[in-house]
Amino acid sequence: MHIPDGYLSPSTCAVMYTASAPFWYWSAKKVKKNLTGKMVPLLSIFSAFSFVIMMFNVPVPGGTTAHAVGGTLMAIVLGPWAATIGVSIALLVQAIFFGDGGILALGANCFNMAIVLPFVGYFIYRAVGRNAVAGSTRHWLAIALGSYAGINAAALCAAIELGIQPLLFHTAAGTPLYCPYSLSQTIPAMMLAHLTIAGIAEVVATEGVLAFARRSIPLWPQPGLNKGEEVRL
Amino acid sequence: MNGIKKLWIGLGLLALLSPLGLLASNTAWGEWGTEELSRLLGYVPKGLVRFSGIWNAPLPDYSVPQIGEVSGYILSAVIGMTLIVLLTWALGRFFVGKRK
Repeated sequence: MHIPDGYLSPSTCAVMYTASAPFWYWSAKKVKKNLTGKMVPLLSIFSAFSFVIMMFNVPVPGGTTAHAVGGTLMAIVLGPWAATIGVSIALLVQAIFFGDGGILALGANCFNMAIVLPFVGYFIYRAVGRNAVAGSTRHWLAIALGSYAGINAAALCAAIELGIQPLLFHTAAGTPLYCPYSLSQTIPAMMLAHLTIAGIAEVVATEGVLAFARRSIPLWPQPGLNKGEEVRL
Repeated sequence: MNGIKKLWIGLGLLALLSPLGLLASNTAWGEWGTEELSRLLGYVPKGLVRFSGIWNAPLPDYSVPQIGEVSGYILSAVIGMTLIVLLTWALGRFFVGKRK
């Protein structure tokens, strides 16, 4: 889902940086207010996890590959704002040092994977798991559905950003200037990859890490909790 | 075992296992380079050519010059995670400030 440079027009890239900017600002403010010293190592660990899990390419139908992101996982543990910061840093390092995802396209990639993904994932997790007992079947179901929805929402955004390119940017003769595939190609291709294998990979990654780390880390507090109270799986 | 320590060890194991990600060697959909795209389409869009090479990453596609694909991938995982830990740690300390 890392859009390389050249697939989006410079103007699309500018729009996507502009769309991401308020979320970065808002996330930094929220995290500055809520982060505790105990959570700093978790911010590092889950950002590093997001980085490394994206290196585990899995084959998807259609002969291409995809990967998990770990963004909803981070939102469940540290809150969606911290997830925006953490995944953005992972994407920044991937773009600068490893050429995975473009520099011009970084705003778009962050919008999809560091903003849409954790916020949609967290929203679904919270909606399905409302008042669920920590560690109950419904809580685990909420974690799975949140992870699945988050990565698919991100894939849909990437597909739309790519698919509008040939509509908006082409030569006088109609030859595409940037991404050559239209929405009718990008949406089925991206969604087939993510509704199937990558979505499952994200669910397995989230549930796997939470099962592995259960009891050793608290989850992001649910509203209505008393100060100092912790939720653990 | 201390819960946080367990997580750090888990990250180390993932770095060692990361070359499993190389088994699926095909490119992700929509992430093809210009050569691959030229093979798929028969041409490469003009704007794509212009901007695709705007940045030359030092370790492209998680490969390290002079060393093998598998060890390069593991080394890339270690380098990337180290950079991220340093960046998030610094940012986290800055956000937390004097608070505990």
